[in-house]
Amino acid sequence: MYKYDSYDQQMVDARVDEFRDQVERRLAGKLTEDQFKPLRLMNGLYLQLHAYMLRVAVPYGTLSGAQMHILADIADKYDRGYGHFTTRQNIQYNWIKLEDAPDLMADLAAVEMHAIQTSGNCIRNISSDHFAGAAADELVDPRPYAELLRQWSSFHPEFMYLPRKFKIAVIASDTDRAAMRLHDIGIQIVEQNGELGAAFYVGGGMGRTPMIAPRIRDFVPLDQLVTYSEACLRVYNRHGRRDNKYKARIKILVHEMGAEEYTRQVEEEFAHLLDEGIEPPLAELERIKTYFEDPAFEAGAKSIDRSDPDFALWVERNTVRHKHDSYVSAVISLKPVGGIPGDATSAQMHLMADLAAQYSFDECRVMHTQNIVLPHVKIADLHTLWTALHEAGLGEPNLDQVGDIIACPGLDYCSLANARSIPISQQISERFAANGKGDTLGELKLKISGCINACGHHHAGHIGILGVDKKGVENYQLLLGGSEAEDASLAKITGPGFNEAGIVDAVETTADVYLREREDGERFLDTYRRIGMAPFKEALYG
Amino acid sequence: MKILTGNDLKTGDVVWWDGRGWSRHVEDAVDAGEEAETILAREEAARRVNVPYVVAAEMADGIPRPAHIKDRVRALGPTVRPDLTLKPADPQAIDWVI
Repeated sequence: MYKYDSYDQQMVDARVDEFRDQVERRLAGKLTEDQFKPLRLMNGLYLQLHAYMLRVAVPYGTLSGAQMHILADIADKYDRGYGHFTTRQNIQYNWIKLEDAPDLMADLAAVEMHAIQTSGNCIRNISSDHFAGAAADELVDPRPYAELLRQWSSFHPEFMYLPRKFKIAVIASDTDRAAMRLHDIGIQIVEQNGELGAAFYVGGGMGRTPMIAPRIRDFVPLDQLVTYSEACLRVYNRHGRRDNKYKARIKILVHEMGAEEYTRQVEEEFAHLLDEGIEPPLAELERIKTYFEDPAFEAGAKSIDRSDPDFALWVERNTVRHKHDSYVSAVISLKPVGGIPGDATSAQMHLMADLAAQYSFDECRVMHTQNIVLPHVKIADLHTLWTALHEAGLGEPNLDQVGDIIACPGLDYCSLANARSIPISQQISERFAANGKGDTLGELKLKISGCINACGHHHAGHIGILGVDKKGVENYQLLLGGSEAEDASLAKITGPGFNEAGIVDAVETTADVYLREREDGERFLDTYRRIGMAPFKEALYG
Repeated sequence: MKILTGNDLKTGDVVWWDGRGWSRHVEDAVDAGEEAETILAREEAARRVNVPYVVAAEMADGIPRPAHIKDRVRALGPTVRPDLTLKPADPQAIDWVI
């Protein structure tokens, strides 16, 4: 894992001191809320429905056991004993007191963490593949590049007041596990003629106007990665709309300007920037890479005893092939049947930290699907690990199944939401567990958002649900056919929305159509793409 | 009726104007009538409440019930965590929100 150098630590510590002073001035009445709000947002502190909410950055989703322990301690010390892992690999606390926030941030800083740039119109936390450094199919570990971009984008003076927020994802495999093409910039590390470089996708996003990012450059040499990123941001910063919040994201600029013209301007700016020599020396990237070297993998058992059917099911669904044949990556589901997607108690966080230390070289990852990964688990340790998880209620075998639902906090917590998301996810997971259909559906990614901002990624769900406000009553639109993977597509609305009970029935009806129509080996998404929307609409609306 | 709500500056707790000060319980909320905006301005300036606003409500079973579900969620707490609401011992409390 990356370790802070003295510059990193000084910056984070200084920010804690600065924010402490700002909070004191706010509480003393020397700052109005209008003056204070942008300051607290720059430190990830929102005011939500019930209290202040703090969003803590987890760079590219990677956490040490010690960091996870502190996150658990914070849940107990400053919150109500739990935290919520988010769709951008971060964690949020829902019940923070303003007067406690500076002390909380000091606790975070002690383990090289912070909440800087988790809000506001700046470059947000860089996300990445949650199996980075472990995946059998990756070209290289993408995290050193994500870390380089994290350092470049942190406190970047030119990009602290962009037209809108800006999200970057970095992957290094053809399989996209980070929704890369639904980011403002998606970067894929690729190889060309034996040389590593980066393919750039720019102008993707969800929200009220979902877009899949077009590829604007096939190959940027790695010693020009920062420079090209800077060029992409400069053109956006120059032309992005500041007059209309709803048209301010880069996806709108790229769409309205046209990808070709946007690319032309980026290339022009890139050429100019190359002359300025802003790229950090390659030695810096090499220094960063040393923090992400493989741990000391050991040869061991390569086969798994699957005689215990419950364990066998968990292995089948929740473990992923590792680049070392004596290891797997194990996914800890935070989606128990009827549970709240992404929530973990402090006790569960402590347990996951202990298990990471014991079985995964003291490392865990937050998935954008709101689960936790232990990236490097010896096959020989798997049963012991599963037993511990199972006993703690963390052994649900449902990765990418219908019960593995992404859901935003929705109207239960979020001031922007129009409808509740979590109760819908709870009812759907309970329905499919009770009727037994959940085990027959295979891969089915269901995603729920409580408003058009799409934090629940509903546009990218095989089945998506969007909560809306219909004359003061919660109503839910059903969408089909989305994907955030390498076969990215945007889901389409089926038709008129449903009430709370109706949307759960509608999801079951949709699943029934799939079960009736599917051909051998087809996932839900494959069947939908083959037969189209019509059979589903017929079943839903008659 | 018009009732007033906001968040406590220090704690962030949801609070309601009870005629003399700010209560955590919507049951204590009073009709601010034509004085609503004046009260909000005065209380916010005195830092006794943060980001206050006026909520349309009606009396139902003797309790002010905000017109919009968002404010009813604020008044009770998250419907998915009854243990964290202001009425953890009342299993029917969520029905009031919905």
